[in-house]
Amino acid sequence: MEEKVAAETKEVVSLPRLGEPAPAFEAVTTQGPVRLEDFKGSWLVLFSHPADFTPVCTTEFMGFAEIHPELKKRDVELLGLSVDSVSSHIAWVRNIEEKMGVKIPFPIIADLNKEVATLYGMIHPGESKTETSRCVFIIDPEGVLRAMIYYPLTTGRNMQEILRLVDALQTTDKHKVATPANWKPGEKVIVPPPNTQEMAEERLKEGYECKDWYFCKKKL
Amino acid sequence: MACINPDGTLTPSAKAILSAVSSPASLEEVAKSTGLPLFRIRSSIREMLEAGLAEEKEGKYAATKLGQEKI
Repeated sequence: MEEKVAAETKEVVSLPRLGEPAPAFEAVTTQGPVRLEDFKGSWLVLFSHPADFTPVCTTEFMGFAEIHPELKKRDVELLGLSVDSVSSHIAWVRNIEEKMGVKIPFPIIADLNKEVATLYGMIHPGESKTETSRCVFIIDPEGVLRAMIYYPLTTGRNMQEILRLVDALQTTDKHKVATPANWKPGEKVIVPPPNTQEMAEERLKEGYECKDWYFCKKKL
Repeated sequence: MACINPDGTLTPSAKAILSAVSSPASLEEVAKSTGLPLFRIRSSIREMLEAGLAEEKEGKYAATKLGQEKI
């Protein structure tokens, strides 16, 4: 009985939802205070890491710095976050530059009171009650949350997958198509399936590469 | 504040932004002329408005007399 009550009163970690406005915030960063609205008009990759001065996070930061120029070409800004202080962030990025020769060009939120981390469901108590997990949120120029990735503390993220995801979302917006499994830029895309019988009958005559009425691809 | 040092002087990026608004300019124009990302221009200009270093008129921003003195 006691166990049942404990389970019922357990805190529920809320996560933001895809397709809805990303939760607004104002935060202190290594490049000064920022608000989510400051990024309006650009894509934003907001990501969290567990802690400064830890090895997996250091490899990830070098990875994010490496893809930063590619993200800029796609009009994407990067914004990091952990529950460490600004001083800790500054010391860490200086250390990465000194020891690894990699300059970190993007701001990092110092979320000491866990305000942003809570808004975005970045803390998963089953993993750690004091650190943010490895989360990625892709927010479009209108401020809508378009994709989320959650990785555990032990597993560094795949930077190429983040780039691929940005490419897929931007391709979807530009061409009104979907992208198949393992899609990469330059490959064929999925034509959205017909949603009426009439459209289904027409689909096979429309010049797409079709396996059946619901499964058609095209080159861009 | 990110733009203003504790001794009241301006940071290098704040000076660059204020110089870019020595004549009225939009946020996008400031981003282009300074090479800084638009989100930094937005947050910096917000601080400068609060500090009385810049003012907004019809969607464009310009350094105030105080702002000109700080450059």
